[in-house]
Amino acid sequence: MEQVIANGLYLGAQYALIALGLTLIFALMNVLNFAHGQMYVLGGFVVYQVYGLMKLPFVVALVAAAATLAVLGALLERFLFRTVIRRSEREESTMLLAAGIAYFLDAAILLMFGEKQRGVHKIVSGVFVWDNLILPWDRILVAGLAVLFIVAFILMMQYTKPGRAMRAMAQDRTAAQLMGVPVQFYGLVGFALGAMLAGLVGGLLVTITGVNSGIGGPISIKAFMMVMIGGAGVTGGAIAGGFILGMLESVGLTVLHAYGDLTYLAIFVAMMIFLAIRPNGLMGKPWG
Amino acid sequence: MLRMVPLPRFAGEETGACCFPPPCSEAKRGRGTTRRVVEGARRSALGYLGDEPMSRTQGAGRAAAVAVFLAAVFVAIPWAIASTGRTDLYYTLSSVALLAIASGGVWLTFYIGRINIGQGAWALAGGYASAVLVATYGWSFWLSLPAAGLICAFASVLVGLPILRLRGVYFSMVTLVLTEVARLTALALPITNGARGITSIPTPGPIRLFGLTIVPAFDSLAEPNRAFYFLSAAMMTLCFAGLWRLVHSRLGQLFAALRQNEDLASSMGVNVPLLRVVAYAISSFLGGVGGAIFVAIAQSIYPSSFTINDSVNFMLNCFLGGLGFVFGPMLGTLVLYFGWDLLFQTGPYQLLIYSGSMILLMLVLPNGILSLLNLRRRAP
Repeated sequence: MEQVIANGLYLGAQYALIALGLTLIFALMNVLNFAHGQMYVLGGFVVYQVYGLMKLPFVVALVAAAATLAVLGALLERFLFRTVIRRSEREESTMLLAAGIAYFLDAAILLMFGEKQRGVHKIVSGVFVWDNLILPWDRILVAGLAVLFIVAFILMMQYTKPGRAMRAMAQDRTAAQLMGVPVQFYGLVGFALGAMLAGLVGGLLVTITGVNSGIGGPISIKAFMMVMIGGAGVTGGAIAGGFILGMLESVGLTVLHAYGDLTYLAIFVAMMIFLAIRPNGLMGKPWG
Repeated sequence: MLRMVPLPRFAGEETGACCFPPPCSEAKRGRGTTRRVVEGARRSALGYLGDEPMSRTQGAGRAAAVAVFLAAVFVAIPWAIASTGRTDLYYTLSSVALLAIASGGVWLTFYIGRINIGQGAWALAGGYASAVLVATYGWSFWLSLPAAGLICAFASVLVGLPILRLRGVYFSMVTLVLTEVARLTALALPITNGARGITSIPTPGPIRLFGLTIVPAFDSLAEPNRAFYFLSAAMMTLCFAGLWRLVHSRLGQLFAALRQNEDLASSMGVNVPLLRVVAYAISSFLGGVGGAIFVAIAQSIYPSSFTINDSVNFMLNCFLGGLGFVFGPMLGTLVLYFGWDLLFQTGPYQLLIYSGSMILLMLVLPNGILSLLNLRRRAP
């Protein structure tokens, strides 16, 4: 039982971080980032390259992954999303663009890193045993780092000037612009930050589960689910959604492990019933 | 806390009919000036047809375009294939036609203002429905085809009632999940035979009316793929004609009112929940029919026959062709499918070039290929 809860918390911390990036991009730009899972995979492969192959310290690899993704996110926003949003008649056109980018990243990652499952050495060895709870130390470290990033993100959003500006933008883009917030610049920053969060989680998890070029799509879908459970565009919702999904998976896989895929079917169906009752998720506001 | 930004409504309707394909909605970016929305909703609510009276030349032009289209699909293409001997193209073109039918369904949900990424679920459901009816219960394919569509329409009413309450991105994400639900359900149910799927489904039998054979049994033909091509093309023509008629009917006007502003339409006395379920059911019907014929051609179906990728592609077909045009999905499917096939020779770079050109196309023509027609019209 303790084991199930511990696993759920560990999963939840990772998931929450993934969902945060997705919800940030959505709140600022109104873009549903289909390529989020691919960004996660790319982060994983950067860490594999720097830490696994080049044998540099893990911290350096993680910074490299974050920087790569931040630059990629900024470039995507500046040269693709901004242009399409300006030219298109419908906001939904960005979905096609995002799907195109997801395919593009999938193909690029496959060409650069191949289709093999890649993993790296453990960052710390040993296992933490307490009563009948067994957790490897590296999982604890990774979960701790994820929580640290989440806290840092929240503090930044709450107490710094860019954070305030982005919150204002998420509330009302036009009003924020009228108050002198450079919305284009912060759109770029937000996109870079969202992509960076995806890369960070990828970089963290490659040390435990490894990474392969095909998992981008499924990760995106999980991220969508977390955002839906919590409510799109809400920080607290993304975190809550991440932990809820992590816990559901952990419990479901234990209770229903004899039936395999039934866990996910049950989660999906439960989520659809939940959304029928609360169409805006836990914390989302109704659509205007 | 971050808060969500509501998606701006995307249409101020312009009515007016001219060339083929008809511009059922030239969505303009303007964030729905209130007057225009009110006007559109009022007209829709009162059941006026928004179209200006068509001039004689426009009518003649449209009839000519339809004739050219029919001649191309039913005469020119089969003739060209027969004379070049590329009979493999029959299969490819049938696939395009069937995917276009399913994409047409997605287009209809776009038309009521919902982004539907779940058509794969209905294509899969329709495929399984037809396969089970034919292979297990020994139905005729011709009966199972409408049955599959109706089963999908019925199921989509049950699913649609709760999920159509969701708006914007929530709806799209939940439909995306729906595709995955369909796949997992197909894996779990006993009647669908799990991961092994249903194989060696018999081909469509003959249709006899008063002792006359109208359609011969497909396995008695020398070239069943040709028969499948005609079947798929005829179904596509039928479905898109129906879709065009629907969009230009009173119901279509009501659907447009839903897209512009559901609350406003509701305040005008439009039964919004009923209409959106109707639109979703029609959309799923098309998905089911497309899936059922696909299964008849492939003679097999697996849980992975229609996946999330297919669902996303159905949506992309609509985007690419242009959301403002009834025939957009048809063109989009053709271009995407053949684009993908042509790039097969580039080997490992296939997906890279394909997605790269998709991004480029998005940058150059963000409103779909058919939006070129608008440019031409505005230019003089």
